[in-house]
Amino acid sequence: MSVHVRFQVNGEVHELDAPDSRLLIDTIRYDLGLTGTKLGCGVGVCGACTVLADGKMVSSCLMLTAMADGSEITTIEGLAHDGELAPIQKGFIKYGGFQCGICTPGQILAAHALLQDNPRPSEDEIKEWMMGNLCRCTGYYKIIESIDRTAAGEV
Amino acid sequence: MSNPRPAVIGADVPRVEGIDKVTGHVTFVDNIEPPGMLHGMIRRSQVPHGRIRRIDTSRARQLSGVYAVLTGEDLLRMDIDPYIGPAFKDQAPLAIGKVRYAGDPVAAVAAVDRDTAEEALDLIDVEVEELPAVFDVQDALRPDAPLVCERLVPAGTFADLIELLGGGDVPATSNACFQYKLRRGDVAEGLRRSDRVFEHTFSNPPTQHSDLEYHCSIAQWEASNRLQVWTATQSPSYVRIMLANMFRLPESRVRVRVPYLGGGFGSKLYMKLEPLAALLALVAGRPVKIRLTRNEEFFTITKHGLVAKLTTGVTRDGRLLARDCQIMWDTGAYADIGPRVTHKSGYTSAGPYQIPNVRIDSFSVYTNKPPAGAFRGFGIMQVCWAYESQMDIIAREMGWDPVEFRLKNVLREGDVQATGTVVHSLGLDQCVRAVADAVAWDYREASAPHPTGDGARHLVRGKGVACSMKAVITPSVSAATVLVHSDGSASVLSSSVEMGQGSDTALCQIVAEELGARLQDVAIVHPDTDVTPYDLITAGSRTTFHMGNAVRMAAIDARSQLWPTAAELLDAAPDDLTAQDGRVWARTASDRSLTHGQIMMARFGGRAGTIEGHGLFETHHGSTDLDTGQSDRVTAHWMCGATAAEVEVDTDTGQVRIVNLATAVDVGNAINPFACRQQIGGASVQGTGPALLEEMLFEAGQLTNPSFVDYKIPSFLDLPDRLQPLTVEDPHPDGPYGAKGIGEAGIFAIAPAIANAVADAVGARIPSLPITPEKVLRAIAPP
Repeated sequence: MSVHVRFQVNGEVHELDAPDSRLLIDTIRYDLGLTGTKLGCGVGVCGACTVLADGKMVSSCLMLTAMADGSEITTIEGLAHDGELAPIQKGFIKYGGFQCGICTPGQILAAHALLQDNPRPSEDEIKEWMMGNLCRCTGYYKIIESIDRTAAGEV
Repeated sequence: MSNPRPAVIGADVPRVEGIDKVTGHVTFVDNIEPPGMLHGMIRRSQVPHGRIRRIDTSRARQLSGVYAVLTGEDLLRMDIDPYIGPAFKDQAPLAIGKVRYAGDPVAAVAAVDRDTAEEALDLIDVEVEELPAVFDVQDALRPDAPLVCERLVPAGTFADLIELLGGGDVPATSNACFQYKLRRGDVAEGLRRSDRVFEHTFSNPPTQHSDLEYHCSIAQWEASNRLQVWTATQSPSYVRIMLANMFRLPESRVRVRVPYLGGGFGSKLYMKLEPLAALLALVAGRPVKIRLTRNEEFFTITKHGLVAKLTTGVTRDGRLLARDCQIMWDTGAYADIGPRVTHKSGYTSAGPYQIPNVRIDSFSVYTNKPPAGAFRGFGIMQVCWAYESQMDIIAREMGWDPVEFRLKNVLREGDVQATGTVVHSLGLDQCVRAVADAVAWDYREASAPHPTGDGARHLVRGKGVACSMKAVITPSVSAATVLVHSDGSASVLSSSVEMGQGSDTALCQIVAEELGARLQDVAIVHPDTDVTPYDLITAGSRTTFHMGNAVRMAAIDARSQLWPTAAELLDAAPDDLTAQDGRVWARTASDRSLTHGQIMMARFGGRAGTIEGHGLFETHHGSTDLDTGQSDRVTAHWMCGATAAEVEVDTDTGQVRIVNLATAVDVGNAINPFACRQQIGGASVQGTGPALLEEMLFEAGQLTNPSFVDYKIPSFLDLPDRLQPLTVEDPHPDGPYGAKGIGEAGIFAIAPAIANAVADAVGARIPSLPITPEKVLRAIAPP
C-alpha cells in the first residue's frame, strides 16, 4: 500500500507516493536527498534524526512519511537563509558544540526549537530540553555553552 | 628558514569543517550511493557456540530482488584468502565451520532494498549443533574448558607485535591466545622486603563504543579487477592492504576512500564490513552497501572486559617496592586487536610509578562473546581502573594522603620505566597537582563520611584522584604530501581520518604555519588510498605527533621548492625569507612582499604547474627481550593524564552524582588549545559512562541490552555539575612544535577517580565497574 503525501520541506512543496511503512527519515534522506538528518538508534532515543514538523521536534526515525502529510518540515539544511547561518549554528561553531558532526543536525534543531520556546533558558532547562539528544564526542558541556551564549546574543 | 613567529600554531582557530558540520553538509559514507547500488544485510547466529551443520539458502536465492546470497562455505569455494583478523587469522567475514558467539555472522544477502534483504534473511535456514560454551575469562582458562578457537595462525601484520612475528599455525592448547610478559627486578624478594603487602582483584565488564555513526561500507568492482571501497574506517591504509591480500590483487588496484567519520573511538579500526561488502558486490555484479543497525553494533566490536589481580608491596616511608600484575583480558570469540591491547597496555600495567620490582603476566582470552578490540586508550582505561583503585586502598589503609602518595612515586624525567625504557617529557607530576588544585584537594585522614544533606536525605561527599600514562604505538609510519597549486593555495594529502578529533584543522594549521599561508587557502584531501600516502592508523593518539610531523616535513619540502623563485624576485637569499598570512617577504626588506600565487606564476610562467612536497615520519622500536619485555625504547613518546573527582552519594538510594570532575592532560605544546580542551572534556564525560552506567549484560551468552533504550550512555542529565578540562604543557622534542598526542589521555583515569571519591564518601570500596546504585547500597550495608 502506498499513500499520497503532500508536504513542505524547508519551504519547498513535495508531493510523492510513499509506501505506508516508509519512515520519514528514509524519505528525507534517500528520496529527497537531504542527508543532513542522521539515523542514530532507530528507536527514538538518541535524537540524531530530529527534524521540526510545524516547528515541533519529532524523531523522523519513528514517524511515518504518511503522517507528515500537510506538515511543514524543517531539516538542518533549512535553517540557514540566503547563505546566512542561523544564530544557533554560529553559536555551535564559536563555542565548539560539535565534534564528529553526526548528532549535530539533531542537536542544532533541538536547540533551535528550545530557543523558539524559551528564548533565555537556564542551564537546567537546557539539559531538560536536550536530554533526548545523545552525543558521544563533546561531553555536552560545549553544546550547553553554545546554546546559552546564543541565547545571550553572543554569537 | 624556520619561521620565528608562530602565527597559526597555538591559536584557537575554529574548525575548518565547522560550517559544513552545522549545516549538515559534510559527507559520511551512508550519504554515498553509486548507481545500481544494492543493500547488504547479515544473518547472525542465535547460539553462542556450535558446529554449523547446514545452511539452506535456496528460498532466499529465489526471492525477487535478491542478487547475492553468501555463506562461509561459499567463501571457501572462491579464489580468496577468507581469513581476516589483525592479530590472528581467526575470523572470516562469515563463520566457517563453527559459530563462536550469539551474533556471529553466518550468511549475508544483497538485495534491491533493505526490506527485500531482510525478507531474504528470514528465508535462510540455519542448522547449528550446539557446543559447550565459555562466557567468563576465569572459566575459559580452566584445563577442561571447551576451546573457542582450535588453531592459532598469527596474521604477521604488525611490526610492534613482536611476539607474533614468528608466524606458524599451531593447535591451541588453551583459550589464552596471547601472553604479554614483563620481568623487572625480583618481585618475590621485593614483596618479602616490603612492610605491607596488598592483594586485590578488580574487574570491569565489556562495554560498547556507541559512536553515533553506524559501521557502513560500500564496495564497487570496476573493469579489470579494480576494487573501490568507501568505508567508515579509522584505518584506510590497512584496509587497502588487507583487501589486496584477500582478493590477491596488487594494492594499486584497491582504492579505499573515507569521507568524514562519525566517531570511532577504536570501533572502526582494521577490517569490519569491507570484505563482506566486496564479496557481495563481486557475486552480485553491482555495488553493495552494508550499513549496520544500532543493535548490530553491539555484536560487532566491544571494549574488553578485564579481571586484574594486583599484589603490591610498600615500605613504611611510602614507596612502592614491588608489584605483581596478573591480568586477563576477555577478547571474546575473535581476537580482533586484543593481543595488541594486551601488549600495549602491558607496558604500563603496573602504573605510572617508579617500582624497582615488577612482574606482569597479561593474557588475551577467548570466550563465546562478541569480539573485543580497540577502545580509546587501548586497554589503559582498564588497567588504570585496577592499579589506581589499589593505590587508593593502600594510601587510605596506610594513612597517607592519596595525592602525596602518588606524587612520591610517579615517574619523572630520566626515571627508568618498568619496560627498561627511560622516561622523557612526561608531565604527570604537573597533571596530578593541577587536578588536585582544581577540586581544592583536602585530604582528611580516616575517611569519615562527610554529610552534606539536610538530614532528611543522607547525602555524603568525597574526593578522589587517579592518574595514568601510556606509550604511543611504536614503530609506526605516517606519510603525507602537500600540493601547492597555480594560485598558491595548498592541498594536504593525508590518510589520517577526521572523526571529530579535529585533525583536519590541526594539520591545516601546521601546513599554513610552514608555508606562511592563510588557513582558508589550505584544504585537506580526505583519505583516498589512490592519492593519499600511507598512514598506520588514526588511533592511539598518534595523528598530531606522527601525521603532524609528516605534513610539516611535506610543507617544508614544498616551501623549499618555492622559495628560490621568491628569493630571486625579492632580491634576497632564500634563508632570509619569511612568510605569514599568504605573503612572503625578506626580513631585511619587509616593504616588498609576494603572494604564493605570484611566486607560482613566476615559477611556471603563467597560471600553471604544481609544487609537490613530501613528508615521511617513522618511529623505531628498540630491541626487546621476549622473556622480560625489557627494551631501551618501547615507545616514541609517553602520554599522560590525571583526574580528580568530587562526588555526592545518596546513602538511601546509592545514587552517585559527580559534583566536580577535573582532568588534566600533558599536551606537549598545544597546536590548538581550544580543540585540546574539547578532546579532554569530551573524553572525561565519555569516561563517566563505563564508570557509572555502561555494561553489556549477558545471560547464557545472549546479550540482553543491545539498544540505547537498555544500554545507557551518558546524556545531558548525567553531566558533572562542574567539568574542568585542563592542559599541562611539557613540550616533546620530537613532536611538531613540541606537541604530543592527547585524544585518549583524558579518559584513562575517570573511573578510578570517581570510585576513589565514592570510597572517600561512603568508606566502602566497589571493585567492579560500573558503580551502580545497587552496588553502592550493598557496599554500605552488606546483607
